[in-house]
Parts: sequence; C-alpha cells; structure tokens
Amino acid sequence: MSPFFAAIVLIVLITCGHFLGRRRAIQTANGSRRLLHSLPHYYGLYVTLWTGVPAVILMALWVPLQPYFLDSFLIASLGDKASGLNSDQLGLLLNDIRNVADGNISSRRNDPTIIAAANRLIEWRQLGYAGLLVITLGAAIAGLAIARKRISRTMRARNAVERVFNAVLFIASLIAILTTIGIVLSLLFETIRFFGKVPITEFLFNLSWSPQTAMRADQVASSGTFGAVSLFAGTLLITAIAMIVAVPVGLMSAIYLSEYAPRKIRDILKPALEILAGIPTVVYGFFAALTVAPAIRGWGESIGLDVASESALAAGLVMGIMIIPFVSSLSDDVINAVPQTLRDGSFALGATHSETVRQVIIPAAFPGIVGSVLLAVSRAIGETMIVVMAAGLAANLTINPLEAVTTVTVQIVTLLVGDQEFDSAKTLAAFALGLALFCVTLVLNIIALRTVRKYREKYD
Amino acid sequence: MTENSSRNLAIQLRKKRYAAERRFRLYGIISISIALGALCLLIGNMAAKGWSAFMQTYIILEVELPRDGLAPGGKIDIETLREANYVAYLRKSLRDNIPGVTSRRDRRSLYKLISSGATLDLQNRVLADTKLIGSKISIAAVASDDVDQFIKGNITAGSGGKISSKQAAWIKTLSDAGRIEKRFNTNLFSNGDSREPELAGIWGATIGSLLTMFVTVLLSFPLGVAAAIYLEEFARKNRWTDIIEVNINNLAAVPSIVFGLLGLAVFLSFFGLPRSAPLVGGIVLALMTLPTIIIASRAALSAVPPSIREAAIGMGASPMQVVLHHVLPLAFPGILTGTIIGAARALGETAPLLMIGMVAFIVDIPGSITDPATVLPVQIYLWADSPERAFVERTAAATLILLTFLILMNLIAVILRKKFERRW
Repeated sequence: MSPFFAAIVLIVLITCGHFLGRRRAIQTANGSRRLLHSLPHYYGLYVTLWTGVPAVILMALWVPLQPYFLDSFLIASLGDKASGLNSDQLGLLLNDIRNVADGNISSRRNDPTIIAAANRLIEWRQLGYAGLLVITLGAAIAGLAIARKRISRTMRARNAVERVFNAVLFIASLIAILTTIGIVLSLLFETIRFFGKVPITEFLFNLSWSPQTAMRADQVASSGTFGAVSLFAGTLLITAIAMIVAVPVGLMSAIYLSEYAPRKIRDILKPALEILAGIPTVVYGFFAALTVAPAIRGWGESIGLDVASESALAAGLVMGIMIIPFVSSLSDDVINAVPQTLRDGSFALGATHSETVRQVIIPAAFPGIVGSVLLAVSRAIGETMIVVMAAGLAANLTINPLEAVTTVTVQIVTLLVGDQEFDSAKTLAAFALGLALFCVTLVLNIIALRTVRKYREKYD
Repeated sequence: MTENSSRNLAIQLRKKRYAAERRFRLYGIISISIALGALCLLIGNMAAKGWSAFMQTYIILEVELPRDGLAPGGKIDIETLREANYVAYLRKSLRDNIPGVTSRRDRRSLYKLISSGATLDLQNRVLADTKLIGSKISIAAVASDDVDQFIKGNITAGSGGKISSKQAAWIKTLSDAGRIEKRFNTNLFSNGDSREPELAGIWGATIGSLLTMFVTVLLSFPLGVAAAIYLEEFARKNRWTDIIEVNINNLAAVPSIVFGLLGLAVFLSFFGLPRSAPLVGGIVLALMTLPTIIIASRAALSAVPPSIREAAIGMGASPMQVVLHHVLPLAFPGILTGTIIGAARALGETAPLLMIGMVAFIVDIPGSITDPATVLPVQIYLWADSPERAFVERTAAATLILLTFLILMNLIAVILRKKFERRW
C-alpha cells in the first residue's frame, strides 16, 4: 500500500462520481434533460469536484507531513538512545534508520536497535498509508454522497462549478505575485541576517572584497571584508563594454531591417537574429572562455599589451553579442510604431531616407529606444553564465578592460556553489548581493517599461 | 556665372547627401553582418571543435579468457565471474601485441593506453555469454582519452606531454597492425557523467533535463494559461489587476539567478525538498517561465476577435462557457507556441540550477524527479571547467546536441504558428 495506490483509487472514485452525478441528474428530471437547470455533465462535474477536492487537499497535507510525525514517534521510541544527542547526530541516526528501512546500504546496518527501529518504521509507514487510504477515500465517498444528494432538478450546478473554476483561475493569477513576494522576503530575511554580522556601511562603502570566513577562531586571515563596491564596478565595466557592442549594432540592424531591407530579406534576417537570443548563455560562456578570451590575449600580446586571460573585454564582447537581438527586436518594434505620416512628411520636404531616419524617426522613437536599451542593460547586469565562465573571480577595482574583474553574479555563484554552512556571513553575503541585484534590475525594468509604454500611448 | 556656381554647389551638396545615404545604408548592412557573422562564428566554432567527439578511438585486442581463471574447477559461478581479474587479461593481450615491454614503468605506461571502461565492457560481455570462457575473443577496448586525443591530432607526443614518445611508438605499432579503429562514440550518448573523458556521456544529463522539463511544463503551462485567462477575460480593470500586470512584466525581466536564490531559500531551506533534484529545478524554472507563458497566452487570447465572444454570448453561453468552449480553443495554437518557446528557454537555463545544487558530479542516470540529477547546460558548464583536453571537444559536442534540441523545439513552434495561424 502506498500513496500511489490511494491516488489510483481516488481517480477511479472521481470518474465514478462524474457518471453517478450525471445519471442522478437525468433521473431527477425523469429522463427529460430539458427540465434540468444545467447541462447534465455539469452535475457530473459538480459531484466530481465534491469528491476530488477535499480528498486531494487531505492527501496533499498528509503525504509531506507523515515523515515528520513518524520521525518524532521514532525519537520517542528510541528513548534514552536518542536523548543526549544533538540535532546533527539525531539527524544522522534517523537517516541510518531510514536507510535500513528502505533497504539501502547503511554504515550501521548491523546495530540491533537500529534494525528494530527500522522495522518499527516500516510498520508505521504501512499504518500511515493505510490511514491515508481510509481518510482520503472516506472524504471522497462522503463528498460524493453529499453532492449526489444535493442534486435536484432546479439545482444550479453550472453556476456552482463555474464559481470553483473562477476561483482556480484567480488563484493561478496570484502565483506571480506570490513569487515576487517570495523573492523579496527570502532575500530580505537573509540580507537582514547578513547585516547583523557585517555592518551595512562596510557592504556599501568598503572598497575591498575578500569573503573568507574563519573555520576556526584562531585561523590566519580569519576576518573577511565584504565591500561590494568593486563588484558593482566590475559589473558596470562589463555591462558598459557589452552596451558599446550591442547598442550601435542592434540599433543599426533594427533600422536597416525596418527601413531598408526588402520584405523577403527581412523575413529571413529577422528570425536569424532571433537565433542569437535563443542560444543558451552557457554556450556563450564556453565560447568566450575557449575562443574569444585566448584570441584577445594573443592579439594583445602581438602588439605588446598585457592582457589578462579572463579579461573584462572578452566577457563584455560576448555578452554584447548576446544582447544584440534584445536591442534590435525592441527597437524594431519601436521604430515600426512611428506613424507613416511622419516619414511621408519628411520625404515630401525632400529629405533622403537616411536624413529621415536620423532627423525624424530616431528623435520620434527616442524614448522607446532608451527604454529598450535600459531593458538590455538590466539583462546584462543580471547575466550570469558568461561572466562565471569568462570573467575573473578576484575583485579588482579598475576601468581597464584588459584586466580581469569580477561581477555581482559571479560572486553569488562562487559563494553558493559548494558546501557551505547556511549561517556563515559568506553564504548570507550572496543573498545581500542578490537583493542588490534584484533592486537595481527592478528599478531599471520599471523605468524602461514605463518609458516604452508611455511612448506607445503617444502614437496609438 | 553665379547661376552656374550655385548649380555646381547644389550638385556637390546632392552628391554629399547621397554619399551619406549610401554610408548609412552600409552601416546597417555592416551591423547585420557583424551580428550574423558572430552567430556563424559561434556555431561554426562549436561544430569544428565538437565534431571529432562523435568518434572515439578503440584498440582492437584479442583477449584470451582462461578457463582456470574465470571458472576454476569447470564451475561457472556468477560471484567468481564478477570478481575475476579482467584487467589482467586485457593487459596480457596488450603486452602480446607490443613485444619488448619489460620494465615496470614501461608496462604501466603501456597499460595507460586503454581506458578503465574497457575492463567493464569485457566483464559485461563475459557475464552476458558464459560460453565465451575458455576461448579467445576479439574486443574493441576503449582507448584512454590521451590516446584518443593523440590519434585525433589534438595533442602531440613528447616529453612533458600527456603521451610519451614511447607510447607514441606503441600506438604506431598498434595502428600499423590495424588495431586502432575510430568508431561512432556510443559512450557519449549512453553514459552518465564520468571523470574519464572517454567514458563521459550526456545520457544522464539528458534524462535530468527531460525530468526537469516535465515538472516545469506540468506546473507552468496550466498555471500560466489559467492566470492568462483570468487576467484577460475575467479580471475587472482595477488597481489590483494593474499591480498583477506590472508585477508579471517585471518578473519576466528579473535575472534568472535571483530565481535560483528563491529556490535555495524557500524550497531547499524552508520546505526541505531534496537538493540537486529535478523536482526543485523544475519548480524554479516553472516560476521563471510563468511570466513568459502568461504574456504569450494573453496575447493569443486577445487576438481572438470579439465577434466570436459576442456570437457565443448571443447563443446563451455563460462567460465561462464562452472562454472555455470558444475563445480558448481558437487561442490554443498561440498559447502552445508561447509555451514551447518558454520551455526552450528553460531548457537552456543554467544559473538558477547552480544555486539549488544541480551542479553536483552525478554518475548515475536519474530515475525519478527526486533523484539527484544534472541537466544538459549544467553538464556543459561542468565539462567546460574540466582540465582534460578531451573534455573540450565533448563540451562542444554537448553544446551541439543542446542546440539541436533547442532548434527542434523552436522549429515545432514555428511550424505550429505557420500551420494554425489565423488572421481575423
């Protein structure tokens, strides 16, 4: 017996409920569907909902809660063997028992108390699943009976069913809000804990970033410094390089595609550009680290420049290539939204096409273009994989694109990948950086979306 | 005179303006060429680097399977067969082919020519067919990654290199005897990850990706469509729905790594879900793709003309019936296209999965959504970080495979759009 079995029985019951409800409805109307308030299948759905919803909710609560209860029963049954252990040791012990019960290899499989406990656990699990079966099926059958009883000729089954549907749709639309709240709260809590360990002024104004924390109290260099300035400087440097590549190329591509290219060529080139946006960032990262960075290094050496092998230039260039389609497709939309009358007016005064673009279309589309560039900037700031693979790890406060710099996202990844205790300042610092990243991109996005929207309204 | 000069001036000005026009147009063409050139360079680079990984070097060896070693006393017993010394048989065959290798050091470097995977292959063959015991069989032993790279010309022999000049001479002997063969690299497609490049494969990561995508689509598609229906068809225009709308647009532009932090703090630390599992990865990616799907679905729903709705209302349909029976089926191709594009983006996503521990080194093929697993892009990241030369081509090959998946998904989306697109 397992939750799986209970689920199958439940599905069978739900299906039966549908047919029973339908049949009951037709019965109450003496076979003439005309007399019913709703179509017969709504009565079926009504019974289905009554059967399924309470049972599924019970099941969804029971299945994740059962292990917790069983663990506490186990601890109680172990008695003096469990008392006197700290929480880590207790977790280890429980894990051993669980492994033995599951038939996995465990280091303590020969310990009689563990075997006894494992057997108890197996027994309780069976008991729990039996209870689950009884309770969910009981709820399902009770729901089915109640709903079936309620069916009558004048019952508004459709309205009841639609109310439930409506509620489901509404709840689905809340998920996006919940996600945002989840992001803000989780980042905020960890950040507050971080600032309990590291003063906020250090995070904001200290120029040095060396996030090591002590494993032992007497360690050399046990205190880390968490000054995020150099990280933001590095992020800005790489973003700036990316924008220097992406904005002119993307904008000119958009202008060419929307103003000059014949329709047929445009239909081929535009999707081709979009492919660039569809390539996973890890591929760009690999390309940057494997091909672009060595190429730039080699080229720098040939003219006598000292280029770091993880130079900001390589990461920025490749990131710029990645951003091109964002700039071009957004500006394309914006340029297309400029009314034809403005173009016609300009041509009528004798302006050439390029003069029209430069002196009429771009000024008219300027707010929209700024908006799309801002969105691209926010994208570049939050981009992770390219910089993780191609930029450096050590913080470096510089504006020389040939040196290695590190970014906010790189530090988040390096702080969190690998084994970490959850409470150290090092781990918490990643959340503080995450919050800063979230805030910066949020502000950029809001400004950008506002500008684009306002601009659209102007010409609609 | 003045008339002439002003005319000349006008002609000159016009020439200048036309030249500016041509220049401007040229800038456009150059920009497009830069973008597309970068695209070609990137894909060409991956193809050139990754192509060779689809072939793998094998060393053909005749291996004697002595009866007294594998089945002492003529009794065939699975336990003995499992623990028999297959390495020794392979090594003996190797020594037979290269005479004159006597010193311990030379022997050891000779044995390094074949991969540890060859032993397993031999064992599996014997276990599958015990009649082979006592006979001499021909086996294609997987060559070690250094031999493979040497044969492919990616590394050169010599002092300090991965292949010594002695080893190079042995390889030459073997290849003169026709014992070196390049075959299609099935390991790449059928194995999980490995520290040995010649044994490392993407099958584990592919299954991990499929499981993760399964969770992602299962969650984000119904939720996204439901949310879009509510916002587009039922929600009253007020402050609250305005907030939801702004929120969705912003969520679509939140850096993906932030979703990873959310997953780490909420699903791993708070709810205690298993680390590295496709379940958590799928949930995180679902939250990330949700805004994309909602925006695409809303666009598809609003493209259905009001006349359809009005006709349905006129026939006495309830608002819910109008949407579920008439508007939604008509909007469905557009919704599906948006979902596929969102799923393709999720398939290529790496950063949030690093945060929830899907970056662990996992050899086993995951069997369920709670098993530890990794996904294709993360596998690429892991291999790209590995120092062995042979992982470079495998990384590029994995990239090609991932790109193939993505192109296929996008093609399906394009075909769906072309096939079902309706202009009202």
